[in-house]
Amino acid sequence: MGGHSDASLPVRTGFLGWLNKRLPVDSFVKNQLTGYYAPKNFNIWYFFGSLALFVLVMQLVSGIFLTMHYKVGEATAFDSVEYIMREVPYGWLLRYLHSTGASAFFIVVYLHMFRAMLYGSYKAPRELLWLFGMVIYLALMAEAFMGYVLPWGNMSFWGAQVIVNLFGTIPVIGPGLVEWIRGDYGIADSTLNRFFSLHVVAVPLILLLMVMLHLVALHESGSNNPDGIEINDNKDKDGKPLDGIPFHPYYTVKDIFGVGVFLTAFCFVVFFIPTFGGIFLEKPNFEMANAMSTPEHIAPVWYFTPFYAILRAVPDQQLGALAMALSIVCLVVLPWLDRSPVRSTRYRGWIWKLALALFVVSFVSLGYLGLEPPSPLYTLLARIFAVIYFSFFVFMPFYTKVDPVKPLPARVSYDHG
Amino acid sequence: MVDSQIHTDGVRRPSGIALLAAAALAFAWLGTPVAVAAEAEPAAEHGEAHGEAEHVDWQAWKAGNQIGDKASLQRGAANFANYCASCHSIKYLRYERMAKDLQISDELLRKNLLPAGAKPTDYMMARVASADGEAWFGRAPPDLSLITRSKGSNYVYQFLKGFYVDDSRPTHSNNLALPGAAMPAVLSDLEGVKAAVFSTGGESGHGGGLRVERFEQVAPGTMTAVQYDAFVRDTVNYLDYAGEPSQIERADLGIWVLLFLLVFTGLTWMLKKEYWRDVH
Repeated sequence: MGGHSDASLPVRTGFLGWLNKRLPVDSFVKNQLTGYYAPKNFNIWYFFGSLALFVLVMQLVSGIFLTMHYKVGEATAFDSVEYIMREVPYGWLLRYLHSTGASAFFIVVYLHMFRAMLYGSYKAPRELLWLFGMVIYLALMAEAFMGYVLPWGNMSFWGAQVIVNLFGTIPVIGPGLVEWIRGDYGIADSTLNRFFSLHVVAVPLILLLMVMLHLVALHESGSNNPDGIEINDNKDKDGKPLDGIPFHPYYTVKDIFGVGVFLTAFCFVVFFIPTFGGIFLEKPNFEMANAMSTPEHIAPVWYFTPFYAILRAVPDQQLGALAMALSIVCLVVLPWLDRSPVRSTRYRGWIWKLALALFVVSFVSLGYLGLEPPSPLYTLLARIFAVIYFSFFVFMPFYTKVDPVKPLPARVSYDHG
Repeated sequence: MVDSQIHTDGVRRPSGIALLAAAALAFAWLGTPVAVAAEAEPAAEHGEAHGEAEHVDWQAWKAGNQIGDKASLQRGAANFANYCASCHSIKYLRYERMAKDLQISDELLRKNLLPAGAKPTDYMMARVASADGEAWFGRAPPDLSLITRSKGSNYVYQFLKGFYVDDSRPTHSNNLALPGAAMPAVLSDLEGVKAAVFSTGGESGHGGGLRVERFEQVAPGTMTAVQYDAFVRDTVNYLDYAGEPSQIERADLGIWVLLFLLVFTGLTWMLKKEYWRDVH
């Protein structure tokens, strides 16, 4: 164990020799897996990257099978989903894997993003890694939104109406843009068809490409770790990081364990509470899209609600849409807002810790408020939390500079276990 | 009647309760008051339609149906066939599928549940054309395939127990759960006719709905309050099943999937431990 200590690749004969002359299989495995050194002190927060990849594959596979039975079109979509649920062998399982998978995707991605904030993983030299991640996140939002429209339930329909209309608030081009997106004067058959096309072909292609770039950038700069120090600063005489271990087999076996834990929780939801009390699959979506009947309370699925709450918190719709867009842009520019000399929260001062805690509280609270119907109290709370949310970013260049940081350790801290 | 057997596929033995249900099912078909099967719970806390309480908290009524209770589902299927199926379709469910899931024999299905002219492989369509329904009631009776999924089982339970006399309505009845409901109180033969006494000083209860002080029985039905409660509960249970027929299979399979995953995760943990032994 302990990985290959020699730099040379295994000597291959026969088919593998033939293959390696033509395709760099061995060198790829060596460079990216067995010879890729990752810090040995990854904690629980480091499971979510591999889990996001796992969920992506699961969504692609379940999606391929769903596409074999789903019939796009406003007259057929809703019926075909019920056909999948009732008559396709294990169709209900495919559908629940996919619908629960969408929520699971956002859960692991949010935790993955929070990990980056907790340990400053977006800071130099990993800004591009963060940017690729943000593109993945944006693509994921588009993918989830368009996928949500496909069952053609009433909430799909009205949710699409609300979200697409947001583009109408853009000055000058807005109204024309909305028409161009929908392909009709309202959410209609043409909208459903193009969303299907984008959901099953275009956006998955972008996702796969961006995930690849995300991984290439990761392997170029190397993984950050909970201490936020570079493991490449301490190398042995062979040039291997003293605090690093080969990704394969160490982190592959660890990540498989993570997949096991994840799948246990995931399958509990899929098999026993697939609607998750109306949060993963909403009640009005079991009624077919009906332009004549507006659901009592239109809310997007939970993963968009923090931003939706910000939209609603602003009295003016146009400014609200702008605030919502800015709330996501804030995340994109995070690497350039954070001026702290250290990466990890472990070695930052009380100001950062307080700010990060307030950010988490405001994000989660906004998420809750976005699910609920508006009331005077909730609107007030949403405004307070929206101000906290933006303050976290706006004042970051200042408070991260004055934050009393602790000295960094020379080596990573690792409790044997 | 006695020889009408509940079909078993060899996996599950028919219990005494199931046989009792078969009898109940047969009785229900004849339209005679059903002797409620032994396990049907009298819903004391909310089943009493004419209690002495300050007000009736009808929005808190819970269906409390058990999807695993085959006898209840079988009774619900009979209830639906007898009282609902003329006007309401379950357009995504086939008779055959329902019979298989509910362990109702082909013979019993054809004899008691299948409308004249329908095949077991047909979807459950209403016998009344929806245009006629629209003409008669002002609104076509909705398909009930997904009613428990879109509104919830409790809502359907509250609706079926929420009819009261209202002469201002063309149907002479109204409904607490759906004010101004187009549907007449077709189950009043069973439940009897009841009047609702509303609270003075505001009609709005805590949930925003109508605040009822008590019900007054205007005319008796063929069922007692407890019997009617069980009747509604079984019917709601059946509609809950119809909303997602695969839910029985889902829970059964889920147990095995979770057991496998627990073992799998345990093994991967041991594997991880073994590999990480030399990391210090």
